[in-house]
Amino acid sequence: METLRYVVSRFLQSLFALLCIITITFFLARLAPGGPFLDEKAVPEHLIEQMKRNYGFDKPLPVQYGLYLGRLIQGDLGPSLGNKGFTVNEVIAEGFPVSFMLGISGLVIALLIGIPVGVFAAAKRNTMIDYGLMTLAMLGICLPTFVIAPLLGEIFALKLGWFDVALWEDSSAWVLGAVTLGLYYSAYIARLTRGSMLDVLSQDYIRTARAKGVAPIKVLFKHAFRGGITPVVAFLGPALAGLIGGSFVVESVFGLPGLGQHFIKAATNRDYWLINGTVTVFAVLILVMNFLVDILQGWLDPRTRTVK
Amino acid sequence: MPRSPRHPTRQGQLTTMTLPGLRGWVIAALVVAGLTSCRRESKVDVATREKILLLGNGGEPKALDPHIVSSVGDSNILRATFEGLVTYHPENDMLHEPGVAERWEANADFSEWRFFLRKNAKWSNGDPVTAHDFVYSFNRILHPKMAGPYASMLYFLKNGEAFNKGKIEDFSLVGVKAINDFELLCTLESPAPYFPDVVKHTTWLPVHKATIEKFGAMTDSYTEWQKPGNQVSNGAFMLTEWRINDQIKVRRNPHYWDAANVKPNGINFYPIDNNFTEEKAFRNGLIHYTYTTPENLIEGYRNQENTPLRIETYNGSYFFRCNVTRPPTDNADFRRALAYAVNREIIVKYVTRGGQQPAYGFTPPSEGGYDPPNVISYDPDKAREYLKKAGYASGAEVPEFSIIINTSEAHKSIAVAIQDMWKKTLGIEKVKIENQEWKVFQQTVLDLKYDASRAGWIGDYVDPNTFLSMWTTGDSNNNTGWSNSDYDRLMKESALISETAKRYEKMAEAEAILLVQVPVLPLYWYTRVYLLHPDVKNWHPLLLDNHPYKHIDLKPAEEEAK
Repeated sequence: METLRYVVSRFLQSLFALLCIITITFFLARLAPGGPFLDEKAVPEHLIEQMKRNYGFDKPLPVQYGLYLGRLIQGDLGPSLGNKGFTVNEVIAEGFPVSFMLGISGLVIALLIGIPVGVFAAAKRNTMIDYGLMTLAMLGICLPTFVIAPLLGEIFALKLGWFDVALWEDSSAWVLGAVTLGLYYSAYIARLTRGSMLDVLSQDYIRTARAKGVAPIKVLFKHAFRGGITPVVAFLGPALAGLIGGSFVVESVFGLPGLGQHFIKAATNRDYWLINGTVTVFAVLILVMNFLVDILQGWLDPRTRTVK
Repeated sequence: MPRSPRHPTRQGQLTTMTLPGLRGWVIAALVVAGLTSCRRESKVDVATREKILLLGNGGEPKALDPHIVSSVGDSNILRATFEGLVTYHPENDMLHEPGVAERWEANADFSEWRFFLRKNAKWSNGDPVTAHDFVYSFNRILHPKMAGPYASMLYFLKNGEAFNKGKIEDFSLVGVKAINDFELLCTLESPAPYFPDVVKHTTWLPVHKATIEKFGAMTDSYTEWQKPGNQVSNGAFMLTEWRINDQIKVRRNPHYWDAANVKPNGINFYPIDNNFTEEKAFRNGLIHYTYTTPENLIEGYRNQENTPLRIETYNGSYFFRCNVTRPPTDNADFRRALAYAVNREIIVKYVTRGGQQPAYGFTPPSEGGYDPPNVISYDPDKAREYLKKAGYASGAEVPEFSIIINTSEAHKSIAVAIQDMWKKTLGIEKVKIENQEWKVFQQTVLDLKYDASRAGWIGDYVDPNTFLSMWTTGDSNNNTGWSNSDYDRLMKESALISETAKRYEKMAEAEAILLVQVPVLPLYWYTRVYLLHPDVKNWHPLLLDNHPYKHIDLKPAEEEAK
């Protein structure tokens, strides 16, 4: 009963947060100067007025907002202004598989590198190995993706010819994109893992286990790992949402048609419905991930279950 | 011989998700296993063999409806899928290629044009293309409800503007009439000997009535009709796939009247808007052609042997607008001082670096034999003289003003160079450079809330009119607040002259006024700078850069060398 009440209240909180995000985005987008119908070669005023009528932008803002919410409830995100002939639903549906694949692959790479590195560094605390690995991780965090991505392309595609350097269909460039994302997140994960492993390793029950003569490797993986991984799981929620939400830089450098480009392009095009649509989808992703993480954490760490 | 149409992709494949992933994983696995092998045949090699052109095309198209697009990239695609009355010649912009119209004739003063349509022109569903299709299309783009952003291109037609602005509601009063199925009569507002050039433009392309109305009303501007599988077109190619930010594929249209002479089997357009990515894709053998080339790579390519780099004159002008409605740029002498103080040679040589030509007039030279009058030059002494005349004893007295640019490194470098020249030559200390995001920038210019602003203009057809008509009073592209009754009068008079040489004379007179008054500071004339794969044949430099794709052939360059 207690758990159910907790779940329901968390759900309602998320819903409220979502409504706030949608509302703020809607009005902020409209506050930006310029508009979707401006063009380099000027469009005559009478035509701009007609375009506004065609899209219903001539109605008062609160009315448009009401209409928008009405459509949103039915799952209709509206027409895209920058990609005429497409609905925002279609634009997002096309970009999503690309971002999903990039994101999931990136996450797998990040976990495969980050966790072992973190655990290893924790086990070899304050040795040269630890310092070396953590310096690398720091470097990974500091080096922006717009440096890593072209570098990977230049080396592994253009120099060695292992991958294609760009494009999506029939192209392997996305692997380099996933690696770029993976490397970036693996650095965070390694540092997080190391820190929390160190925390756990200094606790009494570990000392007890060691005192009982449990093999060090078993202490590390059987006793410490589950507790040590908890902060990583908490981090995974927003990380996964961020990864799937798409990365503008990676998509732009490798010419991949994911969601990340739409965030930026929608804003520069003043594509109002696409701005709202991408933000809504991203917000839902984050909220869902955080929700799932909360539940997963309860399972991993019994203490969070008892504390309300 | 016409090759039977192949369908490498299914039609209407919009939502089908492709899985390039599998191959990627396999390669990744091979790499890990250290089994990676020799170089494979590149994408371009395969495409050349299959005669598929792979073209970088800038950004994602806003639409694939000829009546609502406005960008160059969008019209590149439409040029493949649709065909107008007259089309572009593969080698020379001055020449015309018959399109749907087999031949055409004008009355004595070029104000009435008769187009005789070929009887075998077909839509991609087999329907014949008739004069009624053109009337329908002109009606559609000019209809006020359609709000076609580029409808003003059809103001050449008698009453076209009045109908577009809702002043008359009866389209039969507009100067276009189908005499019969295959004869189209266009009556113009004023004589235009260059009218065949005008009708080559995207806005004059026909659309298929039954298709438009299957998906909505004539004036609905964003229906599903544009999509692959739905779209019916009359060009050498038809749309087979459109994936946002990914690619657009067009393949042979089996019903095209000249299908036997269409060289490529298809074209893939890639909307790569990161020009570094595009250049890498070219180097990697993924595309035959880049839309642009990053400025700082030009030099490297220029020095290569058998370089794929192409630098060609382009029908465009780069300039600064001056706001003549507020100080200090309201003072003509001050604007002259600014104009004469700019060393344009330095800008093209060290800043833009793409072989551009310094502009001392507004209209690019060789615009159909028109040469802009020589008024402005780089003359520091004259510049200082004008500054004095403007009432400033020295540059230090000039109040602070700003140059606004839309955010871009290239524009910024140019603005910085000019800021420096004004400082060195005129001693003007307080020039600010403000960059604004694209749409904000456009609004600022429209609202005349600037002093000087960066601008570019690409001509729609080869005639000085496309460069000079915008400076008449109240033109929606004027945006300087400048108005000159003599200029307006000369432009109006020039429009009534049917003899080209005399018309050019009048326009040169008008342009001279523009250059003396300098509401705009001309800086340079554009070039197209791009990379082209040696496999691409029959691709010639074109002033308008509107290549008719059906003539372009693909042959392996090495084979030819043997």
